[in-house]
Amino acid sequence: MWKKYILWFAQEHVDFRISEFESLAKMFGFQFRRVSEQLLKPFWLVEFPNEKTALQYASRSIALRAIFELYSHSNTLPEFHNRLRSHVDTHHKEIARLFSSDVSFKITVETYNKHFSQREKVEKIETMDYLPIEGTVDLKNPQVEWWYIEFWGLDPKEVPPVPDDILFGRLLAQGQRHLIKDLSLKKRKFIGNTSMDAQLSLLMANQAMVREGDLVFDPFVGTGSLLVSAAKFGGYVLGADIDYMMVHAQCRPSRISQRVRERDESIRANLKQYGCADRYMDVLVADFSNPLWHPRLLFDSIITDPPYGIREATEKVETKKSAKEDTRSEDMVHYPSTSHYSLQSLYCDLLEFSAKHLKLGGRLVCWLPFHREDYDEAMLPHHKHLRLVANSEQPLTGNTSRRLLTYEKSSEYSHAEASEPRITHVPTPSEDFRDRYFNNALESRKDRRMRKAELRELGRLEMESRGKIPTDGRAKKCDLNKARFV
Amino acid sequence: MKLSTYNFLTSMAIKGVKVGFPLKLTISKKELVETEFNPTFVERLLPKLDWSAVYGAAQVAELAEDIPAVQPESIVDNEQLLQKLHHLLFEIDVLEGQLECPETGRIFPITDGIPNMLLNEDEV
Repeated sequence: MWKKYILWFAQEHVDFRISEFESLAKMFGFQFRRVSEQLLKPFWLVEFPNEKTALQYASRSIALRAIFELYSHSNTLPEFHNRLRSHVDTHHKEIARLFSSDVSFKITVETYNKHFSQREKVEKIETMDYLPIEGTVDLKNPQVEWWYIEFWGLDPKEVPPVPDDILFGRLLAQGQRHLIKDLSLKKRKFIGNTSMDAQLSLLMANQAMVREGDLVFDPFVGTGSLLVSAAKFGGYVLGADIDYMMVHAQCRPSRISQRVRERDESIRANLKQYGCADRYMDVLVADFSNPLWHPRLLFDSIITDPPYGIREATEKVETKKSAKEDTRSEDMVHYPSTSHYSLQSLYCDLLEFSAKHLKLGGRLVCWLPFHREDYDEAMLPHHKHLRLVANSEQPLTGNTSRRLLTYEKSSEYSHAEASEPRITHVPTPSEDFRDRYFNNALESRKDRRMRKAELRELGRLEMESRGKIPTDGRAKKCDLNKARFV
Repeated sequence: MKLSTYNFLTSMAIKGVKVGFPLKLTISKKELVETEFNPTFVERLLPKLDWSAVYGAAQVAELAEDIPAVQPESIVDNEQLLQKLHHLLFEIDVLEGQLECPETGRIFPITDGIPNMLLNEDEV
């Protein structure tokens, strides 16, 4: 029987919740009808064919705080109470057991964008005294939790005189936001400069529709932060990276309190920390620009955050033509020199690789950085065998941002048609992200440094004129940094 | 490196190498890592595997008597064989050793359980 449900989302990464919802709907293969049109609001009304579907969705969603069975909602109070009364009357039979005297309960009042005192909240609860609840109150472990929700708009500077929406429902389940804390980078064994935060990496695993027993690959694995979330959802994970020191967890630590890497730091140790050591397949040192994998190998999904050239270098092994002068002797260990791996050729390789090594219907989930002023959907890379199914933006700095792109393999790759171009809309070389980031930003790095130094100097003079002795925060930070290398 | 990964790796990136598979495996130090047996995952992995390389790995790991030289027609119903495959593919971790390209003899070292598949400038 179709029923309406309230979906309560965290108001964070708003753009991502829509694609996550659609991905999970596809993964579980469930049907839904959306009632709300405003998808940016933290409360959605959605119809599901049964309660099982609602629970399935809540069992994986990261964007979702909680899901409720809807009893009543309206934008005016009298109408809200009328509807709640009539809902309780018409559904008397099925909800009688929830109201019965041996079922303990609790009513929570949630007001979004407006604060109310405990007393005012109790008053709000008392306006619903017509509810035939007979059970006893249990605030700690209630058997049924009722939620009364008022939505007072999204803008804290312009709170409307009356709530935009009033909702009442029964709590069914919490979303999976506890995983964000469980997998937090703060407590993770092995992290680096570019480790993806727990929330985004979990969202990526959902976008990729990672299921129990899937084979998941990250070709730019780094510290394996994306493998952690994929493994948490039941995927068997495999990774590769060009950086030998990174893969062996011997690179410089990124925690300010840590001077050297511990011996037992590794991607495998991370998975072990979260109880998914069994999901670890392997990581290896390899250059993505060269073919390595057997053509028969098909992945269920490829989840990756390629280097943008800002925090982590974009590099590939050099070819002989451009190699630097050779200074090694025969008996020395040789580390191949690397050259710049431009973002556009990296994405071409990534799309081509995914078209070859994904199963049909498998997904590629990856980030693409760009400058906000020149974003245009036409600049996204396209591939003949991959269909773009989702595209969500995360702003990074004033003028840069990155998009989480989700591609699905839509047709079988055949080696016979190799001569045809499969990739279209490759960003042109002038759009090199790194180059623009460092050299053509709104303000050059040098200008900014000088401006900041001037401001600091002004502030210092100001303080001195008022007779205060400034403490040099910057010098302190520098000293702390130096101390790491003593 | 687990022996399942060994089954996926080729040396075809080397200039002039056509197939580069299977690589010649040498194990100098290995470790037994107990992992949970998941028959469906082993089943799903089967079509991705090259049986001759599975058998080759079994020989190197001294488990040849557990694995038939030719792929049996129905493995799915053979729980015992699935368990043996699981043991071979997921529970043996090669800590030190090497992989050798069958066509050029180029050696890829395995250190601390991680194979280094990087090539030099003059090889790509």
